[in-house]
Amino acid sequence: MTAPGTPAARPPAGPEAGAQPAVTWDERPTAWARLVSSVDARRAFAYLVGFLVLAVMTGPSGSSSAPTSGFTGSLFNPRVFWFIGLAVVFWGATTARHRYQARIRAWNDSVLALPRRLMPDKRVRYGFYLALLVFAIIYPMHVSGFWQQVAVQQIGVYVLLTVGLNVVVGYAGLLDLGYVAFYAIGAYSAAFWTGAMPVHLPFHLNPFWTIPLAILAAMMAGVLLGVPTLRLRGDYLAIVTLGFGEIVSIVAQNLTSITGGSGGVLGIPHFSVNLLGVHYTWGLGNLPYYYLLLAFVVLILVLFHSLEESRVGRAWTAVREDEVAAEASGVNVLKYKVMAFAIGASTSGFAGVLTASQVGYIEPQDFTYYLSILILVLVIFGGMGSLPGAVVGAAVLQWFPEFLRLHPLFGFQQQDLYIYLGALLIVMMIFRPEGILPSKRRKREIGLAEHGVGTADAMTTTTAEIQ
Amino acid sequence: MTPMLALVGVEVRYGAIPALREVDIEVRQGEIVALLGANGAGKTTTLRTISGLVRPSKGAVLLNGRRVDQVPAHQVVGLGIGHVPEGRRIFPRMSVLENLQIGAYHRRGVTQAELDHIFELFPILRERRNQEGGTLSGGEQQMLAIGRALMSKPQLLLLDEPSMGLAPLVVEAIFDIIERIRDEGTTVLVVEQNAAQALQLADRGYVLENGSVVMADDAETLLGDERVRVAYLGEGAA
Ligand SMILES: Nc1ncnc2c1ncn2[C@@H]1O[C@H](COP(=O)(O)OP(=O)(O)O)[C@@H](O)[C@H]1O
Ligand SMILES: [Mg+2]
Repeated sequence: MTAPGTPAARPPAGPEAGAQPAVTWDERPTAWARLVSSVDARRAFAYLVGFLVLAVMTGPSGSSSAPTSGFTGSLFNPRVFWFIGLAVVFWGATTARHRYQARIRAWNDSVLALPRRLMPDKRVRYGFYLALLVFAIIYPMHVSGFWQQVAVQQIGVYVLLTVGLNVVVGYAGLLDLGYVAFYAIGAYSAAFWTGAMPVHLPFHLNPFWTIPLAILAAMMAGVLLGVPTLRLRGDYLAIVTLGFGEIVSIVAQNLTSITGGSGGVLGIPHFSVNLLGVHYTWGLGNLPYYYLLLAFVVLILVLFHSLEESRVGRAWTAVREDEVAAEASGVNVLKYKVMAFAIGASTSGFAGVLTASQVGYIEPQDFTYYLSILILVLVIFGGMGSLPGAVVGAAVLQWFPEFLRLHPLFGFQQQDLYIYLGALLIVMMIFRPEGILPSKRRKREIGLAEHGVGTADAMTTTTAEIQ
Repeated sequence: MTPMLALVGVEVRYGAIPALREVDIEVRQGEIVALLGANGAGKTTTLRTISGLVRPSKGAVLLNGRRVDQVPAHQVVGLGIGHVPEGRRIFPRMSVLENLQIGAYHRRGVTQAELDHIFELFPILRERRNQEGGTLSGGEQQMLAIGRALMSKPQLLLLDEPSMGLAPLVVEAIFDIIERIRDEGTTVLVVEQNAAQALQLADRGYVLENGSVVMADDAETLLGDERVRVAYLGEGAA
């Protein structure tokens, strides 16, 4: 790659153009020579070749009877257009970045400011959220069973998981790559307390009562893992949590006598209430689970939002920005890191109970590290440290594959999905590294009211005047 | 009278290498004390030891006669030691106001009067109060770092190279403010490479070399000392 950077650094083509071999074998630089010596053209060629190689590598493989079928099967397949498209997109992204960076920045900023411009009043914004909530309540009643299932298993649970990881990664800045371990701990806890596991107690509980127990288990696991490792710097934490995630899934896989091993655990009962004459069971249908999830998600969003705005949220920001300065300013860094880690773990464990009870069946393959990475991608895609971002990011990215499953595009193949998601993420990192709905940290007005300061309102007004 | 701060035979090691050996330093109530020394002499390490960010392997740090060298750093703030770290280290994405609020974190609750006091010392910070810390100029960031440390209401303020990378006029303004802070009753221990200016400001000074105190005297005496003039004031040998 030639020096990327400012437009001023653009003329790498300059010296090369001067040293054109064209001059030696033809007095005039031909169109072809100009093309070959152009950085953009060479980059386009490199991307094209790269993505075609990727298409062949990930396509069908040849056999001894038809040794070339690996190539023909990949290259003479409508799927190849997707890869050519990716090459074009990457070429455009890397080329345009230099040329249009300023313009894209400005566009980004105006889009960022859009929600505030359209909804300057807090009440209007809350009204908007309320309207969204009403939509989330009514709309799923009118969709097919397939979409209701997607709404629960693909979107609802993942929104919950993403919102939880957002506390760890987005608020406190801790790179947790073993997040799914807590999801597993929650799910297996539910299985254990409801008596579905090979080892069980003489009594079993309704899954509802397992919620606090599973949350407690996940939280304790988070604290036990967090206290020794959160003293370490970022990279070490990533490695330790990655290892922890693997340990949990391997234990679930191999400790057959306790966890049921790779066969998983069957027959985890559904939630039910039997209170004051009211009797209700969350059965096989998706809608009841959907509403249960929705209620919990709303509750957790409100909770996390107020945490974010509190002293705790400010401490997390300080820790994320400069640990040493935070410690020197009187913030108990370890305490707040463990707190964020444990809150994330509990949310993940909670999601585990919900999944276990709804699906009724869990297996170790549900909890592999790739899921941790996926959830991290959802957090980054939405915008680290942003609650609306986490919700929208998770919902959109989880909805889209299902949409494609129902409405396959020309040549699109489901198993290639992660290639495209990866590409999407890279392009996003180039043009919008802050995510689709980034946190408003930069523009946040400071409410001193929390501290009981009389002139807080005056200050907020001034803020509004300045902006 | 017990000094406000006393380092007694302090040794600090990073791994096997000692960064401080047998360091004895005293700071009395109401003083400005300058800590001088070349790069790598151990000045920053001394301040980090006092504020609990590193632990001494030998010796003790006493604040008003009480040992504080085993107290966690975030609690040392509550005991009355404010630390303005080397390189300012303000929180770049937090607003000026939020930076100041973090400075008062250990006491919960900031009153407007306290903020006003900081804004009176540094009027520019009032203008910039809703601006992100990272967008301030170097001098403004230094003021914010000092303001943040003052928000903890320290009895002792540690300043690590407050003049680093600042224009002469800004340095002068900062040194004026340090003097004012002392006049308002806060004791100051300031680390400087800018020895001449620091000694003009200070009452007393210590010179560190390779982790040991090699000189300790009144600021005026140090200013007149041949060795100090040669080594730290950039004057050729007479
Ligand atoms: N975190 C650290 N790990 C290892 N050595 C360190 C560390 N910090 C400082 N040192 C070493 O300790 C000595 C004193 O450093 P420091 O206190 O930063 O000096 P000064 O502030 O006077 O320039 C230097 O030799 C430095 O290399
Ligand atoms: Mg230093």
